[in-house]
Amino acid sequence: MGKSLRVAYGEALVELGAKNKDVVVMDADLSHATMTHAFAEKYPDRFYNFGIAEANMMCAAAGFAHSGLMPFVSTFALFGAGRAYEEIRNSVSYVNANVKFGFSHSGLSVGEDGGSHQSIEDISLMRCLPGMTIFVPCDPIETRKAVFAAAKIDGPVYIRVARPPVEDITDAKTPFVPGKANVLRDGSDVCILAAGLMIPYALRAAEYLEEDGIHAAVVNVHTIKPIDRDCILAMADKCGAVVTAEEHSIIGGLGSAVAEVLAGNSSAKFARVGIQDKFGRSGRPADLFAAYGLTAENIAAQCRKLKK
Amino acid sequence: MNSENLDEKARHLRADILRMLYTCQSGHPGGSLSCVEILMALYYKVARVDPANPRWEDRDRIVLSKGHACPALYAVLADKGFFPREDLWTLRQIDSRLQGHPDMRKTPGVDVNTGSLGQGVSIAMGLALAAKHKKASYKVYAVIGDGESQEGLVWEAAMAAAHYKLDNFTVILDHNGLQIDGSNDQVMSLGDIMAKFRAFGFECFRVDGHDIDAIGKALREPVAGKPKFLCCETVKGKGVSFMENNFAWHGKAPSKEEYVAAMKELGVAVNG
Repeated sequence: MGKSLRVAYGEALVELGAKNKDVVVMDADLSHATMTHAFAEKYPDRFYNFGIAEANMMCAAAGFAHSGLMPFVSTFALFGAGRAYEEIRNSVSYVNANVKFGFSHSGLSVGEDGGSHQSIEDISLMRCLPGMTIFVPCDPIETRKAVFAAAKIDGPVYIRVARPPVEDITDAKTPFVPGKANVLRDGSDVCILAAGLMIPYALRAAEYLEEDGIHAAVVNVHTIKPIDRDCILAMADKCGAVVTAEEHSIIGGLGSAVAEVLAGNSSAKFARVGIQDKFGRSGRPADLFAAYGLTAENIAAQCRKLKK
Repeated sequence: MNSENLDEKARHLRADILRMLYTCQSGHPGGSLSCVEILMALYYKVARVDPANPRWEDRDRIVLSKGHACPALYAVLADKGFFPREDLWTLRQIDSRLQGHPDMRKTPGVDVNTGSLGQGVSIAMGLALAAKHKKASYKVYAVIGDGESQEGLVWEAAMAAAHYKLDNFTVILDHNGLQIDGSNDQVMSLGDIMAKFRAFGFECFRVDGHDIDAIGKALREPVAGKPKFLCCETVKGKGVSFMENNFAWHGKAPSKEEYVAAMKELGVAVNG
C-alpha cells in the first residue's frame, strides 16, 4: 500500500515551509490525524493550535492572512467546511483572504467513526463560495502538487484530503494545472469523470467496459472549482455519454458541477455515481464503498446503461 | 484636542450618523450612537493610525466587531480624513464605498470586515497573534456589543487570547444593555460580564463609556502577559432623548419629523 493523502499533505507542508517563511500552519487539536504535526515538530514557532474551536481558528487565519502571512488550516472536513462554514464564508472567502484549507477525513473513507464524522457535503459547501478554488487530489504525489499549487494562488483554496493509504496513480511528471482536468485514459464511447479516491475505481471500470467492447475515457477532475468546462464539453461531445464518480453526495459535488456544465450545452447522456442523498454509517471503508455503490462494478453498470 | 472640543465633535458625529441613516432610510441608530465616545477615544486619543496611509503596516488595528454600528465608524473615519465627508451620504446605497456592514476592500481605514457577530473579535485576536508572530509592536482593539457577547465565538477568541498571552489585544464592550428583542437580561443575560472575562484570563476595567478621557486612560493602562477587557457602560441611542434606552431604535431609520427633532436636540442644523 502507498502512503495516505494526509501523510503526503503533512510532508508537503514541511517542504513548502522550508521554502516560504510566511507559511504558518493551524490546527484544532487534530494535528496527529491531519498530519500537520510533522510541520509542528519541524517549525514549532510557525504552528498554532487553537484547541477544539474550529470557528475561531478560521477567523484567526483571516487575521494572519490580513497580516501578510499564509496560513494553512487543518481539521476534519466536516468540522472545517461544515461547522465553521460561516466563518470561512464571511471572514475568509468574502474578502478573498489568502487562507488555505487542508481538511482531512473527508467522505465515507473515514470508515468506522461513522456518519457523524463522514463529510459528504464539504465540496458542496465550499463550491458555492465565490472565488474558492477546490482541489480533490487522488494520490500522494498529486496531494503534494495541490499544496504547492495552492500556495501560488492569491486567495482561498480548499484541498480535500482523504484519510486512507492509496497507491500513486500519477507520477512526478503528470501535470497539475489548477482548473485543467487530466485525461488518464482516452476513449470514444463513454467518459468517466472522477476525482480523489474514485479514480482507481474509474480506471478499473474502464477495463471492465473494454471487455464488453465499450471504449471508456477516464478523466481526473482534480480541480472541482474552477471546473474544466472545455474538457468536459469536448469529452461529452466525443463520447455522447458521461458518468461522474465521487466520494461525496451527488448533490453539490463533482456530479452537480458537471451537470451544470452539460445543462443546455450538451445532449450527452449523463449519470452520477456518488452518495445518493444519504448519510454515512460505521463500517470498514471497503464495506461502505460497496454499500453505497462507490465501486468499479457500479460505475461500469451506469456506463452500460447509458450505452443501451 | 481638549475635552470641550471633543464634546462638540461628539455632537457633530452623532448628527452625521443620523443624517446617514435618514438619507438611506435604513441602518442601526441605537448601537451607533452608544459607541461614539469609544471610537473617539481610540481614534483621537490612543490609536496610531495615518489617514494618508490607511494600510500603514505598523498602524494599530481597530476592529468594530459590532459591525452594524458602522455609521459611527464611518463618521469618525471621514472626520479623520480617511475619505471625503460627502461619501457619508451614500451609505448603504448601490456602489457606495460605505457598505451596510464594514468592508475593508471598499472603505479606507476599515481594517477588517465585520457584521457577522463574533467574527470580528475572533479575527482581531488573529491579528494580535499575528503581530506577536511578526514581533511587531502595534496593538489591536476590538469593539464588541453585549448582544454579540452571547455568541460562542467571542469566548473561543477570549480563550485563545489568554492562552497566547496577547497583551497587545484589548476587547472593548459597548455595554448598553439592550439588543434587538429587548434587554440583555430579558433575552439572554450576560450575568457578571466582568467576572466572565476575568475568569477567561483578561485584566478587566469598568469605565463610563461616554467619558472619552476615562476610556483613554483605561486603554493606556499597562498590562503584561494577558489581554485587556474594558466594560464601557453606555446608553443605547445616546444623545437623542427619544432614542435613549429604547431597544425599538436598534435597527430603524428616523422619519423626517424624528430626524428634525433629533438634530434640534443635538443643536446641529439639518444637513449641516
